[in-house]
Order: sequence, then C-alpha cells, then structure tokens
Amino acid sequence: MSKDSRTWTIERAIPSERGAGRRVLEELLNRFETENWTPRDLFGIRLALEEAIVNAIMHGNRLDRSKQVHVVCKSSAEKVWIKISDEGSGFNPADVPDCTDPDRLAVPSGRGIMLMRNYMTRVEYNLAGNVVVMEKSRPAGS
Amino acid sequence: MAVHRRLQLSQVGEVCVVRFVDRKILDEANIQELGQELFQLIEDEDRKNLLLNFSSVEFLSSAALGKLITLDKKVKAHGGKLKLSNIRPEIYEVFAITKLNKLFDIKDDEADALASF
Repeated sequence: MSKDSRTWTIERAIPSERGAGRRVLEELLNRFETENWTPRDLFGIRLALEEAIVNAIMHGNRLDRSKQVHVVCKSSAEKVWIKISDEGSGFNPADVPDCTDPDRLAVPSGRGIMLMRNYMTRVEYNLAGNVVVMEKSRPAGS
Repeated sequence: MAVHRRLQLSQVGEVCVVRFVDRKILDEANIQELGQELFQLIEDEDRKNLLLNFSSVEFLSSAALGKLITLDKKVKAHGGKLKLSNIRPEIYEVFAITKLNKLFDIKDDEADALASF
C-alpha cells in the first residue's frame, strides 16, 4: 500500500531573523498549495503561520540571532499539525487583552493570536508560553 | 515631493487615493516602510483626506492592521478623513474578526468611497 501523499513532515530550525522566517513560511505554503485546501483555508493557514512565526522571532527571541525558532509541521490525511517553539521567556496568552473590546479597538497591536485562533481548528500554548501548537483539520471529503 | 515606493497616489478633488504596490502586505520591513510612507502623506505632505484602495491587496497581517490604526489616528488628529475600499472578502473577514470593520469606514468601491467624503 502506497503512503498517503498527505502524510509528510517538515522540520526546520531557523535563526531569529525575518528572512529565515519568510523562507520557512513559503516552503510550507508551497507544500499546502499542492494539496486540496480551500482558498480560505490557505489564506487562514498563511495568516496563522505568519503571526506565529513573527511572534516567535520578534516577541519570543526578540530578534536575537543566537536564538533559534523551531518549526515542525506534520501533515496527515485528517489534519495538519504545526509546532513553533522559540527560546524566549514566554508569555501568558491569558494576559493578552481582548482586542475586540470597544475600549481597545484603536490599540495598534495584539491581534495576531486572535486571528490564529479564528483560522485554525486548535491553538494551544505550553505553560511557559514559548511553544505554540496549531492544528487545522482538512476539509470534509478531501 | 516625497518618494513613495510602496504606494501609488492619485488626487481626486480633495481626496488622495492610495493604491498599494505590494500584493501581500506582511513583510515586517515592508510594513515599516509602508507605514512611514502613509504617515508622510499626513504629516509631511499635509494631505487631509485619504482613500485606501485595497483592490491589489491579496493578504495582510496583524502588523499591517496596526499601521492602519495608527494612520487613522493621525488622519483624525489632522482634521481629515480616512476611508477604505475594494477590500476582497478574505481580507474583509480579517477586519470583521478583529472588529476593525467598526473602527474603519469601509466602502465597497472607490466611487462609493469618494462620494462619501
């Protein structure tokens, strides 16, 4: 029995600089674009990956090139599973205020995590707050 | 006259219509540059009314949303108006999820937006 083409794993360790983040993002998206995700799914996966990788590089490792960001992406017939880890001190996602609170609508930052949660099926952080795991279920019948 | 690398500008009456050169507004360096160019329109070139036409934009991240919010504050502080138009459905959804569709005045197309200033 041949292996399902949707079953694959990509693991990358990148320095904390934006160009490296962009390259791993594009590598993953190029792979997803060969599969039968809907355009809205692809848009959402791109957005969630973008936000998570930028958070790890900028807020986690604070652009310290001596620290790495680890990206693991495991794809299966049912879903895609993505883990992004940084070497920073982490944060508590519960401390991030609700950006849709009317009093905070005009605050320029703090929307990335909300977007990740909206577009992915599951988004969870570890206790330290420096590892995020995101999952996206494949469309029914794909 | 300032150089605009990330924007294409046209003046329609008292409104400066802004189109974006980049189809995907996400690279942090580009977003910084884009923000500076937008802010210059208000702060250095003394333009008051801006219409941002998103017809060419296929993707934007939360960092770009932040620049738009800051721009909105600067426009209002200078007594002007900021409107957005031609936002494709995928991107409008980003505004809706974050409820920024309530903060910004978003019109379907450029003609609607121009008529509303």
